[in-house]
Amino acid sequence: MAMLEVDDLTVEFSTADGMLPAVRGVGFSLEQGDALGIVGESGSGKSQTVLALMGLLADNGRARGRARFDGQDLLSLSRTDMNNIRGEKISMIFQDPMTSLNPYLRVSRQMAEVLTLHKGMARKEARAEAIRMLDAVHIPDAASRIDRYPHEFSGGMRQRVMIAMSLLCRPRLIIADEPTTALDVTVQSQILMLLDEIRREFGTAVILITHDLGVVAEVCDRVLVMYGGRVMESGVLDDIFRRGRHPYTRGLLASVPRLDKSGGGRLQGIPGTPPSVRRPPPGCPFEARCTVREDRCAERPPPLQDAEVGHQVACYVEMET
Amino acid sequence: MLNYAFKRFLGAWPTLLILIALAFFMIRAAPGGPFDSERHLPPEIEANLRAAYHLDEPLIQQFGRYLVGLTQGDFGPSFQYKDYTVTELIMTGFPVSLRLGGLAMLLAVVVGVSAGSLAALRQNSRTDHAVMSVSMTGISIPNFVMAPLLILLFAVYLGWLPAGGLGNGSAANLVLPVISLALPQIAYISRLTRGSMIEVLRSNFIRTARAKGLPERVVILRHALKPALLPVVSYLGPATAGVITGSVVIEQIFGVPGLGRYFVQGALNRDYTLVMGVVVFFGVLIVVFNLIVDLVYALLDPRVKY
Repeated sequence: MAMLEVDDLTVEFSTADGMLPAVRGVGFSLEQGDALGIVGESGSGKSQTVLALMGLLADNGRARGRARFDGQDLLSLSRTDMNNIRGEKISMIFQDPMTSLNPYLRVSRQMAEVLTLHKGMARKEARAEAIRMLDAVHIPDAASRIDRYPHEFSGGMRQRVMIAMSLLCRPRLIIADEPTTALDVTVQSQILMLLDEIRREFGTAVILITHDLGVVAEVCDRVLVMYGGRVMESGVLDDIFRRGRHPYTRGLLASVPRLDKSGGGRLQGIPGTPPSVRRPPPGCPFEARCTVREDRCAERPPPLQDAEVGHQVACYVEMET
Repeated sequence: MLNYAFKRFLGAWPTLLILIALAFFMIRAAPGGPFDSERHLPPEIEANLRAAYHLDEPLIQQFGRYLVGLTQGDFGPSFQYKDYTVTELIMTGFPVSLRLGGLAMLLAVVVGVSAGSLAALRQNSRTDHAVMSVSMTGISIPNFVMAPLLILLFAVYLGWLPAGGLGNGSAANLVLPVISLALPQIAYISRLTRGSMIEVLRSNFIRTARAKGLPERVVILRHALKPALLPVVSYLGPATAGVITGSVVIEQIFGVPGLGRYFVQGALNRDYTLVMGVVVFFGVLIVVFNLIVDLVYALLDPRVKY
């Protein structure tokens, strides 16, 4: 059985306008050591998908469906049981390293508390381990910098601290929610290389959430394309990048700026705007912007169907041609 | 940090000077004088008195004389309490006011922070609504209304507590004035704590703390409480000074012989030096409390550097 199996995951938020769906029927599975990229634009539900798995949804959020991790359903665990998994077996790296570390506590404290909590280590021991981990993520002079406060680190260094912190308990799965979006491009690639290195070295599975296809191509071996809270297409890297079938996937790939195709061509985009979360369309969420749309697309959402082994596409039109 | 404290110390002088000047000329602009009491004094005696207290000199010269006195720590003699200097009066009144105000602020911080945090942790629950409506009531009812109501209930109807006076300084005499002073502060501090706690709990670093698997108790106490209390700390400086100095009304209602009462009596009697003395003393107090808060703030927030 796979390490993580997510099935029919739905996330809804109760608001003054009623229940708003953010994620609708998402499913995927992950094996030990896999790197899965979840791609989509803002509002596609990619972050809420993983926050639901971590039990970190906002107070008005509800998750339904199944998410079996090591035989336990993450969605129905008690708070205490969830806390035993979070930080120890699954850890998370967030988008904004500037605000994701507690500015009022020393880095040493923030790192050591993970180990004293989950591994029952003494303070001294935990501190030594934290220094080793900072070394592992290539923070120079870790032993003396560990007692600094987060604001004394640069953005890239802070993200390294976050990564080191998430690695402390040697988790089986690291979820990285746009880990490089807030960083400079040069720092971005350093962080991605670091994630890749960690995956190889520790055998940790990675879920990488991003809107940047380049990032996915660099790190992941499988990709899930999300739009309007649904999975549009999923497959291995080549299925998506070379044999992408869904009109949305192809639109995304066509909008990637390319330096090798010179000639002053204008940057392409997908015309239209994503559907409103307040009034989600009954059919395929991409229908309104789709170039190959048919009437039935607006009626019922197309199911995810196998195009090849391990490559699934949710599109009526594509699956018939 | 010492450097900063010193700079702030220097910066306080102009503020105090302006305060002294304003207070000096305003009290002099008030109609009447210190010797206009019920009985008319023979003109020659009054002239002697005025000369003795240098009230016959031009105003600006009196101001200069007052400032020179201040530099020597001399607030001058009281015009009304003939055998006392202003310094002596302040020294008898201040400990009383300090005790009232200190106890009130202590009560306000303990109750306000607890109630506010509780409301924030159970946002939109019944507890939250209850705390917030009580606190809104506390803010809306001025203490000169609240104090007589408390006296009516606890002293007159129930007879549990004395209605006024300091007695021999027993705790029972302090209960009602301290509560009257503390209520609006409790209300304000609980609202402040609730608001900032809710904001902090939504912040990214709290989400990180939860993602690390920390139990909620640790998330709140270790990660959320300190940042949530920062706005409360900055409020505490001016508030403490305000409660100690602003107990004027409460001291009057409960007949407590604190600084506030001397201030009111002084103003009514045109006891120029007494009023000035209390004003200057309050001014210094406010400046000092604000400085303390700024220094404490730097200790709490590692990003603040002076």
